[in-house]
Amino acid sequence: MKEGRRSFLKKTVVGTGVLAASNFPYIWVKNSSLAYAAKGEVKVGVLFSLTGTTGIIEESLNKATIMAIEEINDSGGINGMKITPVVEDPASDPATFAAKARKLVLNDRCVSVFGSYTSASRKAVLPVFEKRENLYWYPTLYEGRECSKNVIYTGAVPNQQQDEFVPWLVEKFGKRWYLIGSNYIYPKEENNYCKKLLADLGCEVVAEEYVPLGHSEFASVVNKFRSEKPNVIFSTVVGDSVVALHRQYRAAGLDPETMPMASLTTSENEVAAMGGDAAAGHFTSAPYFQVWDSPENQKFVEAYRKRWGEDKVTHFVSEPSYFQVYMFKQAVEKLDPSDISPQTIREAVKGVELVAPQGLVRLDPATLHTYLWPKIGVCKSDGQFEILKQSSEWLAPVPYKAYPDQVCTEAGLKQV
Amino acid sequence: MDPITIISQLVTGLSIASILLLVALGLAIIYGATGVINLAHGEFVMLGAYSAWALQTFFNMSLFESLIFIFIIVALLGWAIERTVIRHLYARPLDTILATWGIGVIAQQAIRLTAGGELRYVEMPKQLADSVLIFGVEISSFRIFVLIFAATLFGLTWYLMYRTTFGIKLRAITQNPEVASSFGINSNRVFGLTFAYGAGLAGLAGALISPLKSVSPEMGTTYVVDAFLIVVLGGVESLMGTVLSAIILGELSSILSFYSNDTIAKALVLLAIVILIRFRPQGLFSSKVRS
Repeated sequence: MKEGRRSFLKKTVVGTGVLAASNFPYIWVKNSSLAYAAKGEVKVGVLFSLTGTTGIIEESLNKATIMAIEEINDSGGINGMKITPVVEDPASDPATFAAKARKLVLNDRCVSVFGSYTSASRKAVLPVFEKRENLYWYPTLYEGRECSKNVIYTGAVPNQQQDEFVPWLVEKFGKRWYLIGSNYIYPKEENNYCKKLLADLGCEVVAEEYVPLGHSEFASVVNKFRSEKPNVIFSTVVGDSVVALHRQYRAAGLDPETMPMASLTTSENEVAAMGGDAAAGHFTSAPYFQVWDSPENQKFVEAYRKRWGEDKVTHFVSEPSYFQVYMFKQAVEKLDPSDISPQTIREAVKGVELVAPQGLVRLDPATLHTYLWPKIGVCKSDGQFEILKQSSEWLAPVPYKAYPDQVCTEAGLKQV
Repeated sequence: MDPITIISQLVTGLSIASILLLVALGLAIIYGATGVINLAHGEFVMLGAYSAWALQTFFNMSLFESLIFIFIIVALLGWAIERTVIRHLYARPLDTILATWGIGVIAQQAIRLTAGGELRYVEMPKQLADSVLIFGVEISSFRIFVLIFAATLFGLTWYLMYRTTFGIKLRAITQNPEVASSFGINSNRVFGLTFAYGAGLAGLAGALISPLKSVSPEMGTTYVVDAFLIVVLGGVESLMGTVLSAIILGELSSILSFYSNDTIAKALVLLAIVILIRFRPQGLFSSKVRS
């Protein structure tokens, strides 16, 4: 982890003074692991932005996490111990994420922290968790290519969303693909993997194009769709731009029947903002949709609405935010209270299985990522997804699948 | 290279230009006439979009029906801001930058607190939801409507500025406030109305782009930059310059983004403006004023 160390060094130059000072009192209790589970409670941090640019979406992750903690506490806690959440608002700012993470780990002595939506914020807190040997639980689907031993990843990596999705689209629509994404790391990594799959299937990538983040004028892009006539438009455009792209595609009179957009990030949230009309006929692949029909999901959606309001929606990042707290519970349950620490929890969570709203999930011991159940959904004109297909088995996470010479193992990243 | 593609890109450029013109027109009036650098202009655009959303959601109004109300709402807001804040700062143009920026931040957060931070949906009028064929080129009916609307608004504004007494008064004040007052022109009142008119235009722009783009509290930030680029490129006091520079920038983005991509197009357009301003700081089409 060369990159992690370098950015860590940068951060600590500023932070060392603070770290040393705040770490001081704990020298006394350094060997007493009781500090992590004292007075019948287990302290955890909850680090999702409640304000700032990603505040809205992260607030829903905070809500799902808090609801899971409340449910566990109401049904007797973990071996009789209550989970005490320490909630911080990092305000959508990576530097604040790092500062709050330091506070949660050092001052509050949290044994784990649940947090982050963006990769930027995860990268910002990583040095804190690696240096302090603590544990960060990250619920978002992301670009992969990370193998930290201090992060539990419960969202999907590229191979999980694409392995079934891409061949399915090729068979149904054809071999000419147009890749369009926002101009930053996530779309580029997803496209790297997508191009690899397409090459194996003998497909043609007619264009690979990136628009600036927040871009909203897609007139030329739509013209290019029209002149290139691809069979599938693979879109990794994110945020507000997704809405603009779909609306302008629809207004220009293009037809999803012959040229559908396939996305990994268009969820119920974006569809609500673009209207069912613009979303209808386009596809999304994700391990979770709100309409997924299972007893566990029904329970989850009902509980969520009861707790936070009838108009609230659950989506493919709030669901992992919810079930990862139960994974934490299962891991801690296995431990003797005097033995609870971030390291023992990490060891105990390896191989943990539970029935999440999306299906039976399992934490992979080698990569600390999660086995998930990708589904393919098509959007209907009423703004709801219809699930067309679920993968036949759970899909193993392979965070370095686009890079065959690198493998994430239990001991860390290996060059092959 | 086939002619259909060329025509299609030219029409696309005009469509982009019409949106840019809509957004920049209000700013051109305010900046050109009063000299106030209004950084809250993007927020007027945003407030227009949110007015469209609110009128649609709570009063069930279609976009067409709501346009006149949106103009009035945002114009009144602009007028109130001019009366309470801006009028005290005409002698201190640099301070208006800070004041209007602050107003912009307040407006964003006020919307966040009242309407919420999630993206909002404004319905496209049903009659214009599809596309039409013009010269063998398929183009969105709504974009055509926006184009015509922008041209009409420009015509109205031009008429107001150059063919009415109000326009004569405004231009007199712009040229020499002291002499204008000595002829009995109430510059306070004229500036207040000008600011209101500019804000109202921005509100209309916001309402008209909302069915094509997304509506969020931060949406104004990108539009204010576009608007300033157009006004500065066109020449500050020239309405015609504003139109021509909108067309130039629209066509340039359209062509560059078709042959490369939007990221590169954006960078090249900015670079072109920087070079141009270096050699023609007064803009492309400055009107000649004796000083």
